[in-house]
Amino acid sequence: MHAVRIAGAGSTAFGASPGRTGRDLFGEAARIAIKDSGVPRADIDRLCYGNFVGTVTESQGHQAPLMTEAAGVTAPATRYESACASGGVALKSAVEAVRSGAIDVALVGGMERMHNVTTEQATEGLAMAADHLYESRAGVTFPGAYALMARAYFEEFGGTRADLAAVAVKNHRNAIGNENAQFQRAISTTDVLEAPTIADPLGLYDACPITDGASACVLVSEAYAKEHDLNASVTVTGTGQGTDSLALQHRESLTRTPATTRAATAAYDDAGISPADIDLLEVHDCFTIAEVVALEGLGLYDHGAAIDAASSGETTRDGDLPVNLSGGLKAKGHPVGATGVSQVVELTKLLRGDHVNSTAVPDASVAVAHNAGGTVASATVHVLEVRP
Amino acid sequence: MGEQREDGYDDLLDAIESNTGYYLSCPAGHGSLPPRQVCPTCGDDDLSTEPLPDTGTVVTFTEIAVPAPAFTGQTPVVVIADFGPVRLTGRLVDDSDALEVGSEVVPTVATSPDGGRHIGARLVSER
Repeated sequence: MHAVRIAGAGSTAFGASPGRTGRDLFGEAARIAIKDSGVPRADIDRLCYGNFVGTVTESQGHQAPLMTEAAGVTAPATRYESACASGGVALKSAVEAVRSGAIDVALVGGMERMHNVTTEQATEGLAMAADHLYESRAGVTFPGAYALMARAYFEEFGGTRADLAAVAVKNHRNAIGNENAQFQRAISTTDVLEAPTIADPLGLYDACPITDGASACVLVSEAYAKEHDLNASVTVTGTGQGTDSLALQHRESLTRTPATTRAATAAYDDAGISPADIDLLEVHDCFTIAEVVALEGLGLYDHGAAIDAASSGETTRDGDLPVNLSGGLKAKGHPVGATGVSQVVELTKLLRGDHVNSTAVPDASVAVAHNAGGTVASATVHVLEVRP
Repeated sequence: MGEQREDGYDDLLDAIESNTGYYLSCPAGHGSLPPRQVCPTCGDDDLSTEPLPDTGTVVTFTEIAVPAPAFTGQTPVVVIADFGPVRLTGRLVDDSDALEVGSEVVPTVATSPDGGRHIGARLVSER
């Protein structure tokens, strides 16, 4: 098996840029990542590209050829769609292609543009990640689905809105100074608790924002990195994916996310690590409750035990296990199809030492990225390690 | 929306409307909702139709303040209720003041302002 190195990584600024086209956003992320890698464009063998609702927001299907043009490459290209895990599955495919020896260099990335439509249209687009007949038709929105999970969690394990608010406060704090983040400002627990309700028990500040943006990485085989003397210390050592029933009602438990556990088990086995080896994580915190169930699904906490991980300080910047040092989806932003790759962009910089928050994890060598689609009907987990 | 039938799904709604709701069951007892070619849990293609219990128990709910376009101007309340072998996600068609986890509901058929038929729920206590 060929080891996979991350030679380059880059993102656009995340936020509201309603006038910028998807092709322009992805073109920028790809340009930054390719320049960061030092890899000639002609050497790129494949583009694996994630996007969720571009067919709705830009009326644009068949985006892969468009994005190769935007990146200035001529490689075979495919768009991957697994809702909010579109970037994660694109990444997994690229990792497997390099590992197999089929290709030496992959450009992997994702893009989402949502501010060019109304909030209602964006809400409707995101709700397409749910079961249309059995959930969306009955009025379930994406925040509504996570609210159903949050109330079920409170019923089963206890916990309060203040516990969830600590997740939002932590992730906003982490985004300060991250020049790509959508919200580079602190918020208080009171801000979270007093924000307008979007789907009770969740309020506006329990939710990640609607985000326009793109991210990209250049993956190379270890042999290619050596041959071209690339500076590529961050290695993808584990990849895993899990799937669950699409609709919440079909699952055995409303508070557990077995897709995450399946993805994590596969990725940890692949890398030969255990949860205790992990120094930092980027997890899929589309809502505050999502970070809680992610940490449990990833095997870092028992079920019902991660509710106070943020409020107790364990997952803060100075805690034992920093989670979402980038600001997470909550504050960095969530350009849906890009998110799975954006997490790896952030972790690559954190591990290389060129991220604003690298000082929080100076000795880190093992990082994990967790990307989830819908109410975690899809999940990917990737393990990144620093190697000489 | 709502004119093109969705075979299986609309058949279930018709049955619920006439108080003859059902679910699908495999020999191992796994419940599922139509349309199904096989049991989603074990893959068995020997599926029988079993009567849906008359009432279910609410296991979670939410009132959605920012709705999808189909419910513009409303704040739909959605419940997931446990009917034993299956759970149903439905929009509460009663006033939600008495709603809590553990409330008993009966399944019904509701329609959104844009005409989309879907599963609804009525509180037993409000009947």
